[in-house]
Amino acid sequence: MEFSILTNYFGLYMEGFYGTVLSSVLALIGSFLIGAVIAVFRITTVRALRWFGTAYVEFIRNIPLLLVVYIFYYGPSALGFTLDGFKAGTIGLAVYTSAFIAEAIRAGIMAVPKGQMEASRSSGLSYIQTMLHIILPQAIKLVIPPLGNQFINLIKNSSVLTLVAGLDLMYFADSISTETYRTFDTYIFVALFYLVLTLPLSYGVRVWERRLQRKY
Amino acid sequence: MDFIGAYSADNLKFLLDGLYITLIVAFVSIILSFVIGCIIGVIRYSEVPVLSPVMFYLVELIRNLPLLLIIFFIRFALPEVGIKLGLITAAIAALTIFEAAMIAEIVRGGLTSIDKGQIEAARSSGLSNFQTLWHIVLPQGLRRMVPPLVSQFISLLKDTSLAVVISLPELMHNANIVIGHSYGYAIPTLALVALIYFTVNFLLSMLSRRLENKTA
Repeated sequence: MEFSILTNYFGLYMEGFYGTVLSSVLALIGSFLIGAVIAVFRITTVRALRWFGTAYVEFIRNIPLLLVVYIFYYGPSALGFTLDGFKAGTIGLAVYTSAFIAEAIRAGIMAVPKGQMEASRSSGLSYIQTMLHIILPQAIKLVIPPLGNQFINLIKNSSVLTLVAGLDLMYFADSISTETYRTFDTYIFVALFYLVLTLPLSYGVRVWERRLQRKY
Repeated sequence: MDFIGAYSADNLKFLLDGLYITLIVAFVSIILSFVIGCIIGVIRYSEVPVLSPVMFYLVELIRNLPLLLIIFFIRFALPEVGIKLGLITAAIAALTIFEAAMIAEIVRGGLTSIDKGQIEAARSSGLSNFQTLWHIVLPQGLRRMVPPLVSQFISLLKDTSLAVVISLPELMHNANIVIGHSYGYAIPTLALVALIYFTVNFLLSMLSRRLENKTA
């Protein structure tokens, strides 16, 4: 094991690490916002919105992430403007993950007993008020573990940025290994950088899940 | 956008060749990862001393790494330590390792969800530990695992696209080459590829629904 690779190229590793973290965080925020809207679409009584929500989730969940990223990478240039790899990759990640987050949020909302909605509607609260003050605060607790899992997936999935030159960990690792000629060692360190992010999150999700189980 | 050029006979044939590789690699990986995942899942469930904790750490390690990294590592880093795998073998090995870890967790979860009373009853009726597992726990557990297993298989099929990183000539790789001929081909090609993935995965989930109805 050549530890000098880590010390000599620490700057490049950190640059890639920063790209991976930034892309994952931005994509998480984006996918949460889109996912929340789609989840609401899927449970409203408006049929057209419900149909749109279902079609969105079903379509995205059945195509590969890389395809979604390619759509944002190659698509714009066909229309006459360009997105760089980082932007296209991050938008693609956000769109792809939003379908999974929408399902997680919907499941969380559905898990809140129906009586809660009926009781607060009968007490004179509007649908929006009921959602904001009664349903969502209870749902959010249930949604946190699947959301955490999606964030872990996001971090791992952000590695596809390298396929569109997206300046993430895998991308910089490629330049490190072409300089050092030591692919094995270079990528062992890459794995460690990913684990630094994902292992604590996995642990946190498991602790939270156990807490939920104890409560019910 | 050049639909006519993008959908020329040569391009369509080239994409279908890619689909063929995608399906072969996915099929073999699904079988292998299911078998290995079941074995690891049962070991994790049975709480064998030493072996079960070792499997726990192994599964955790693999689940927290990006698949793209694993594919790349197996193809390009392992040869440095003397393990040389061919293109298709490397892709299948990487997909199998990654998905087996995922499936092991599904299997373990399915088995632990079986009511403790069932096991106690079977053991009191004189069945051995193994007989209880084989005749009581596994048949019931497997039935509950069908939906998460099928969505994992769909993930696997989508994940074969990540093998573009080692230039496996599967569907996404070939689509990338077609797009390389002309930017006008980008949107038509990506639309067609999305439709292909969607159709294959949709058929898979239909199959799962029928399977569920049959076993339930």
